[in-house]
Amino acid sequence: MVNFLAAWNGETEMVEDLRLTLEEVSFEVGSKKLIDRLSLIVEGGPPTVVMGPNGAGKSLLLRLCHGLLRPTSGRIIWNIGASNDVRRAQAMVFQRPVMLRRSVAANVDYALRMSGMRERKARRERVAWALEQAGLTALAGRSARVLSGGEQQRLALARAWALQPQVLFLDEPAANLDPAATRACEDMIHTIDAAGTKIVMTTHDLGQAKRLASEVLFLHQGRLAEQTAACFFFKQPQSQPAAAFLEGKLYL
Amino acid sequence: MKQRLLYALVPVLLLFGITVGQASDRFIIVASTTSTQNSGLYEYMLPIFSKQTGIQVRVVAVGTGQAIKNARNCDADVLFVHHKPSEEKFVADGFGVKRYDVMYNDFVIIGFKNDPAGIKGMKDATAALQKIAAAKSPFASRGDNSGTHKKELSLWRAAGVDAPKASGTWYRETGSGMGATLNTASAMNAYTLSDRATWLNFKNKGDLAIVVEGDKRLFNQYGITLVNPAKCPKVKVADGQKFVDWVLSPQGQQVINDYKIGGQQAFFATASMRARR
Amino acid sequence: MHDLSTAFVTAFQLILSLDANLLEIVGLSLRISLTAVLLAALVALPLGAAVALFRFPGRTVLVAVLNSLMGLPPVVVGLLVYLLLSRAGPLGELGLLFTPTAMVIAQTILVAPIIAALTRQTVADLNEEYAEQLGSLNVGPGRAIWTLLWEGRFSLLTAVLAGFGRASAEVGAVIIVGGNINHVTRVMTTTIALETSKGDLALALGLGIILLLLVLGINSTALAVQNTARRLYG
Repeated sequence: MVNFLAAWNGETEMVEDLRLTLEEVSFEVGSKKLIDRLSLIVEGGPPTVVMGPNGAGKSLLLRLCHGLLRPTSGRIIWNIGASNDVRRAQAMVFQRPVMLRRSVAANVDYALRMSGMRERKARRERVAWALEQAGLTALAGRSARVLSGGEQQRLALARAWALQPQVLFLDEPAANLDPAATRACEDMIHTIDAAGTKIVMTTHDLGQAKRLASEVLFLHQGRLAEQTAACFFFKQPQSQPAAAFLEGKLYL
Repeated sequence: MKQRLLYALVPVLLLFGITVGQASDRFIIVASTTSTQNSGLYEYMLPIFSKQTGIQVRVVAVGTGQAIKNARNCDADVLFVHHKPSEEKFVADGFGVKRYDVMYNDFVIIGFKNDPAGIKGMKDATAALQKIAAAKSPFASRGDNSGTHKKELSLWRAAGVDAPKASGTWYRETGSGMGATLNTASAMNAYTLSDRATWLNFKNKGDLAIVVEGDKRLFNQYGITLVNPAKCPKVKVADGQKFVDWVLSPQGQQVINDYKIGGQQAFFATASMRARR
Repeated sequence: MHDLSTAFVTAFQLILSLDANLLEIVGLSLRISLTAVLLAALVALPLGAAVALFRFPGRTVLVAVLNSLMGLPPVVVGLLVYLLLSRAGPLGELGLLFTPTAMVIAQTILVAPIIAALTRQTVADLNEEYAEQLGSLNVGPGRAIWTLLWEGRFSLLTAVLAGFGRASAEVGAVIIVGGNINHVTRVMTTTIALETSKGDLALALGLGIILLLLVLGINSTALAVQNTARRLYG
């Protein structure tokens, strides 16, 4: 187990070279511009948190970056260092985790198989490791669908992390959880971050953003209002929408 | 193309074989009529033949018209039906080798006990039909191009009544087998024409009874024909011929005469009376 | 109705006596219908899922055709298979007409569209939930077919059971391609048709009751398995 972790940490040194660039990215449904000429750069390192009021386009932005949606116009450019498999370099956890109707371990194993990991023994080791990280080892044989919400979200994180992505997108990972489960979930995010995977997540929970963010992307009506280091953002937001949001006002 | 289809089917057939692997013993297919089947004759007669020869006889019972159609498609080895003109045409067209008389029974007119047309006990079938038409009493016709149906139509013609023209009013075409038509007649208080054997074996008689019988024109002749290998190369000539021979043999004819429904003889063998071949 | 009460008495007498003839007919019915459903499912489950997951031109038309084929009259299927397998037909060489195999073929054709159409709907609904997650895991539509068929296995059991219901209940197709030959191709439904035509309504209805009990037995067993599995797997 230890050897394997070391090997992995070696790989993630590439994180320094990680850069995700969006150039004039727009996303339209019908005539409605949901993402409007967004240009930004996200680099490897501590977590980037995407904030903004409902409908600002946070989830859309994650889905565009992750490749689940295609931008109507503009470009998304990945620099991922030595490895050039962009799909393999990223993973995502959704607000409502979709668990397969099989055991906890089989859920992780499925993700590994789909990522092209052929060797059964290697998969078994990786599954065991991921479940240990999520504190789910005892539940490995249990059916994933009967887990509690918090356990399911931790399993979703473990499943995504097991893929050893360079970037992990998290869409409101704790939105449906009680405080204890939220805490467990955040602890795990910290661990993943500490192990060298870049976290890009959305949340509308200010406290959570403060606890996790190193950098904040603030979206407003499909546009980037500001991109600021977290320590400044929460004290002194640069944009009016962000300021209004932090004060609990509705900025139109 | 055909070849390729066959190959494609092989794995599928193998799969079938596992579950539906029925003994493909020595057997012949006899295209026959529902009336013969419903009479129960085959269940009595065929086991005797099979025991002697080891040939299983598979009877596909449909209307005479459909039976002849099946045989024309080469989907039978022997034709055993009861409409002489159609059978002779079948042979004349080259589909049958030769037709032989096997046996006869007779048709009877079945009616409701209260007999609205007042034909009970009449000996003249055509006169009885004329009375039914005059009274516009419901009449259930097979309407399925079967031997019985063809017989019925020829009787109407002889009676000078254009019954099919009244179809939908008092003349009702069920378009189904003898039994189903008897069931319908029973439910509609209708008259109908049935062969005696089916009638004797029919369980749902209810208030139905024979009202007219004994007219010579109600004679019902059964014939047997080997399907012609010249037209249908797949016909099992040897075994088919064996069956035809057996049915026409003194023993086969005796078996037919021995078959009784409720103590009554159902069919009267006719082959042994005359010289064959 | 005298026949009705007699029918129940007849049914129970037949069951209790374990009549050899009846057992043969029941056995053949089950073998034919279960084989047909198995074969139909092998084709229709992936087909239905593929139609749900792949985008291709003419897809809407195919869905409409699939849905309409659910209402295919058994007699028409029987006729088609008859014409194919007739010695005068294109597959006459095989000598399959009036055999149980012919009946399996007819029922497979009859049942496959039902399973395919219900599968398409089930998988399409499932895909609403799974599409993003599978997309995120780099699961293409080809691979998603098998994943979603497995994820939907409990619901899909119902589709297969619907197919089985249709197969075991139909008479129009099997009587044409099987010929209702005693001890060879006589099954429950053709026996019922035959006994009806002999006017033995009580026996016919009695057999009908037995058929119903059989289908009921199979369905409740399947549903019990389904419920237990659902409880276990959520």
